[in-house]
Amino acid sequence: MFDPTIVSERATSMRRDIVEMIAEAGSGHPGGSLSAADIVATLYFGGVLRYDPAQPDWPERDRFVLSKGHAAPVLYAALAEAGFFGRDHLKTLRKLGSILQGHPDNKKTPGVEVSTGSLGQGLSVSCGLAAGLRANLDDDRIVFCLMGDGELQEGQVWEAAMFAAHHGLENLVAIVDDNGLQIDGACNEVMCLGHIAQKFTAFGWHATEVDGHDVSAVYEALTAARNHEGGPAVVVAKTVKGKGVSFMEDNAGWHGKAPSAEETARALAELSSSEGSAS
Amino acid sequence: MSRATREAFGDALVELAREGVDVVAVEADLSKSTTTAKLADAFPERFFNVGIAEQNMIDVAAGLAVSGKVAFTGSFAVFATGRAYDQVRNTVCYSLLDVKLAPTHSGVTVGPDGGSHQMLEDIALMRVLPGMRVLVPADYTSAKAALRAAALEPGPFYIRLGRVGAPEVYRDGFEFEIGRANVLRDGTDVTLAACGIEVSEAIKAAEILASEGVSAEVIDVATVKPLDVETLVASVAKTGRIVTCEEHSVLGGMGSAVSEVLSEACPVPTRRVGVADMFGTSGEPAELMEHFGLTASHIAAAARELLV
Repeated sequence: MFDPTIVSERATSMRRDIVEMIAEAGSGHPGGSLSAADIVATLYFGGVLRYDPAQPDWPERDRFVLSKGHAAPVLYAALAEAGFFGRDHLKTLRKLGSILQGHPDNKKTPGVEVSTGSLGQGLSVSCGLAAGLRANLDDDRIVFCLMGDGELQEGQVWEAAMFAAHHGLENLVAIVDDNGLQIDGACNEVMCLGHIAQKFTAFGWHATEVDGHDVSAVYEALTAARNHEGGPAVVVAKTVKGKGVSFMEDNAGWHGKAPSAEETARALAELSSSEGSAS
Repeated sequence: MSRATREAFGDALVELAREGVDVVAVEADLSKSTTTAKLADAFPERFFNVGIAEQNMIDVAAGLAVSGKVAFTGSFAVFATGRAYDQVRNTVCYSLLDVKLAPTHSGVTVGPDGGSHQMLEDIALMRVLPGMRVLVPADYTSAKAALRAAALEPGPFYIRLGRVGAPEVYRDGFEFEIGRANVLRDGTDVTLAACGIEVSEAIKAAEILASEGVSAEVIDVATVKPLDVETLVASVAKTGRIVTCEEHSVLGGMGSAVSEVLSEACPVPTRRVGVADMFGTSGEPAELMEHFGLTASHIAAAARELLV
């Protein structure tokens, strides 16, 4: 089911959508959306996440919680690509009356499980969700929760980390989009995070580290995390903020800024030439 | 008979679970004080202790609600609302989740623990949130009925519970109707609108006033949001004046909510009995009720001011 070429093509297509929808909206967060594109593409198009776009509320589905809600464009790109809603909605991002709010809103968007945007809350919600789903015996539904590395500065994340380990939530997989940057600069200069995987390990999690742009490696790590038994697992995915658009890469200035028309054209040209080679 | 409204919390949870309602409780290390321990003992699989982590408490409850549970949260009013406000706003209310906050230890009757633990701003914080319903039950029976009603009605609720015994106002079998204010005593000269532990004080105040020839109507505003505007307007249209009574700051609470609607719908002279714009302090509950001007005699005095 997993085909790295297909996943990378989807990721590139999603990156084009991300750039175009943010440009059209005139605001938004390209950096952290682009850094997570290969991870989200692997989830949705690599056969990791179980879902049915024709039935967004299908009871047997896995759950994906985008805790770093400002990266909504990467989620919307995936949901549109998967067929949860028409692609024409993408150009309505952030506009009055749109089903695509500036940050994910589960009341408005098919396929969005949990409303997010206030950082640090998604892992707690995912814990409750995992605990609730697990109440059914033999349940194999998994909750995937994608966080940013800067987001880990929120103390609540570690309240949730304790909870997940204490309750042995083996149906919970956290993913850290470790792009190293936050609004005010490098995470380790703004507020040093230390060794993320070791921190989770110390909290009782099974932690692995992976190149977040190598879709085959991401697939293997997520599949292993999904199958991990006895407690929660985290995949710390090392990424490049703004990945795929040269002038956005590794630049905190592109955390929350829309590209101009000229920058958009350059970005899309780069994403055309890199088709299928996102890793 | 005087039982604390918090006693109703664990009792209601156990009853609901026994009846097959898919309730769970998420607690932050205060299960004996809030009485959620009763659920933990009877249905351990329905109880989650997050430790001393109120933000996580609210969002774990949110996740359980997303998975299909009716999720109650515990802790004390000061922590469940103030410490976790963003979680209540952005996750629970924004998505209209089946999370029912029922923290205990609201108001000055917390007593000796002092101002840090005496929550006087929680009604204000909760009632301004879109989608949140705010219930302030007067006694044990009303509290149990309110918890049941909140469990069976979809969406977010705040049920304000107290630490100390509240005199009995309602009889067994009372059914809590969300959005309805209960007229407990008919009167023609002044309306006493109260909630929580102040309901029994308002009833006593009405008796004091009756002995002076003043006919006071007593209304239990058990639902602060959505407010029963119809009942309140009908009452003040008759009496021409109102005293609001609450164990809460006079800023932003039930008195403010009532004043807001009456100023538009039927403006009448008003007095708000509550705690002035200040924090609480250590003392015994009865002393503090006197100290902060919340007793029946204070309510009667406020009514007299409106009658001259």
